[in-house]
Amino acid sequence: MTIDWLHFTPWLSLGGGLLLGCSAAAFILINGRILGISGILGGLLKPRNGDIAWRVAFLFGMTASPFVTFLLLPPNLMQDPRIDVGYGTLAVAGLLVGFGTRYGSGCTSGHGVCGLSRLSPRSLVSTVTFMGVGFCMVYFMRHVF
Amino acid sequence: MKQTISEFLIGLLFGLGLVLSGMTDPGKVKGFLDIFGSWDPSLALVMAGAIVVGFLAFTIAKKRTTSFLGSELHLPTSNQIDKPLVIGAVLFGAGWGLAGFCPGPVIVSFAAGQTKAIFFLVMMIIGMWIFERFSNGFSNKNHQ
Repeated sequence: MTIDWLHFTPWLSLGGGLLLGCSAAAFILINGRILGISGILGGLLKPRNGDIAWRVAFLFGMTASPFVTFLLLPPNLMQDPRIDVGYGTLAVAGLLVGFGTRYGSGCTSGHGVCGLSRLSPRSLVSTVTFMGVGFCMVYFMRHVF
Repeated sequence: MKQTISEFLIGLLFGLGLVLSGMTDPGKVKGFLDIFGSWDPSLALVMAGAIVVGFLAFTIAKKRTTSFLGSELHLPTSNQIDKPLVIGAVLFGAGWGLAGFCPGPVIVSFAAGQTKAIFFLVMMIIGMWIFERFSNGFSNKNHQ
């Protein structure tokens, strides 16, 4: 293993992580909800009365973030996205992420951030599993095939 | 109204956190997952920062019965480590490793107008929709 010092952004990532933690904290303490994106989005596909508006408000807030970033943050803070796969792979990956997060009741935010924060054994199993599979996937894509 | 404003602002804050931390760059996510190659540890710091704050908040939340705005606290109650949890995480991890996108960042990148993120989001929603169909059929079978 070698460290990729060129792309390593310790302070920005720690700062960003603290913001994510503050959001999750505010959402449970102020609104009484778990901040889990796959659950918030997926719940809209099976809409129930009185369970729609909060999801939409939250998602609208998220979609406003690129514009606020553009207006407020210095442009060199934003990293240009590097997407190294084509549409075929993206299609398969999208289906897997959509189905998998709903079947497994959460993603990086719901299990990885909120679940680990509340010391949930379920979320620990989930996070170790999806990260482990992620490590394997990238290993095979970059170093085997 | 207070609830809605708060939901919107927290969504915004969360999106900003994703941008700042580098999570909206799939290359950065894959750099973290490439533990056997040239490894970018940034994401470990994202998780550490988020969990430190989250841990404090959930410690407080567990002692309360309502939120600060007086609404119900929706804390998960399930403790069962079952097949769906593990299989779902395996499938999610596979997709995450393939593309470097997870649900939060893809919504932000979609809003920023990135073509590949828009495409990924559509496929992800189809994946979620397939789950809803599947789970309906599944639960119907079990509840007959």
